[in-house]
Amino acid sequence: MAVLEVRNLSKSFGNLEVLSDISFEVKKGEAVAVIGPSGSGKSTLLRCINQLEKANGGTIRICDTDMLSVNENGKSVYADKDTLRAIRLKTGLVFQNFNLFPHMTVLRNITEAPVCVLKKSKEEAAATAMELLKKMGLESKAKSYPCELSGGQQQRVSIARALALSPEILFFDEPTSALDPELTGEILKVIKELASEGMTMVIVTHEMGFARDVADKIIFMEGGYIVEQGGPEQLFGESASDRVKQFLQRFNNL
Amino acid sequence: MTSEQVGNLVGLMLQYTIPTLKIFFFTLLYSIPLGMVVALLKMCRFKPISWLTNIYILIMRGTPLLLQLIVVQYSVPYIRISDACPEFLRDFLNKIDIRSEDYIFNMILLAFVLNYAAYFAEIFRGGIESIPKGQYEAAGALGFGKAQTFFRVILPQVVKRVVPASSNEIITLVKDTSLASAIPYMEIMYIAKKQVPTYASLLPLFIAGIFYFVIAMVLTVVFSAVEKKLDYYK
Repeated sequence: MAVLEVRNLSKSFGNLEVLSDISFEVKKGEAVAVIGPSGSGKSTLLRCINQLEKANGGTIRICDTDMLSVNENGKSVYADKDTLRAIRLKTGLVFQNFNLFPHMTVLRNITEAPVCVLKKSKEEAAATAMELLKKMGLESKAKSYPCELSGGQQQRVSIARALALSPEILFFDEPTSALDPELTGEILKVIKELASEGMTMVIVTHEMGFARDVADKIIFMEGGYIVEQGGPEQLFGESASDRVKQFLQRFNNL
Repeated sequence: MTSEQVGNLVGLMLQYTIPTLKIFFFTLLYSIPLGMVVALLKMCRFKPISWLTNIYILIMRGTPLLLQLIVVQYSVPYIRISDACPEFLRDFLNKIDIRSEDYIFNMILLAFVLNYAAYFAEIFRGGIESIPKGQYEAAGALGFGKAQTFFRVILPQVVKRVVPASSNEIITLVKDTSLASAIPYMEIMYIAKKQVPTYASLLPLFIAGIFYFVIAMVLTVVFSAVEKKLDYYK
């Protein structure tokens, strides 16, 4: 079963087309890595799927619900407000620069959405949050403020915050780009663990080794197009297209 | 001057501190929420509303508060004798007793609130616009609605950021209340000025100055405590 289906998605800022004819799907339990040079549209793609940008054409289906569909006139239209909000609760997003709420404790960062949006009781939300913090190795930081944590710890909190809504699919937008190599390892380990637990994920990343080892499928983007998609053995192997080979050359030579 | 005379003056001014504080507190009570509304209107994406709000702010910040106080105070008598005034409005305005204490106070308050709301609006707008876009995006991705995002995520952070600039404005307000003496409205400045010829001395003005200074000092201490209190996160 496909958790996410994207068909012929396009997006432009003014005259500049940043996404063209993007089609792919993510099955339940799959980890998909999106790689490619900077400015290739990877982040924009994630932002379109997460309703942070408006796409111009194509369709997006999440958990068998149409988010963006083509009407009888051939135009792409978004679902109504309630449906869009319902979809948002089935998706989680982890940002490059964490975007934690600085005025809330770590615990409240995680419980705020379950309490305010899902109307869970404070106790129930706190219990779930503590479990997630334990999983992230941060139980002792529940009462700290984000500014008191390292970048890696902040990113783990933001992953816990996204998981607290029990999303069907979790998106990572360059989750390690703001971190040094040591902290990067910390975050990649967490994502790897989630993958082994069967969490459905889409990860935009520049960590090629991680993409190769963890992803079930890799999408290579450039200039707003998907150049190639397939299993890691395909993209990192001999059968890859020349452009992908060229992009991965430096990595493969290491 | 005898110490008894000084004592009398201090007692007199203490008595007139109440009307001064009345203008001060009621101005804050109304101008801060109004300032927030004005800030949001100025940021409104529907341009005509944003422009109109901007014209209001430009006028309030570009003309003297003293002038505004006088214009507002005399608006009722001058509008009701104007030929252009529609009948229903004239009937309404004719019922107002422009010599009553309530009228004088309310019109002073109105002028202060309109003026200070414009200044607060600019401070609040700056505060709101300084919140990173990522905060809105994170809230949106977590399913918060627009109102929830504003009140739970944005506003608490704005409060912290606008405290220093607002406290500056609030301390200015303490001293600006003295402008009401020109209406005239009987507060510290009014009574001090009146005592100068009686005592043939500038001492009443010095004592008035001390009164304003002490109030401003108390506020300075309060605000630095508030800033410290809000310093639990960066």
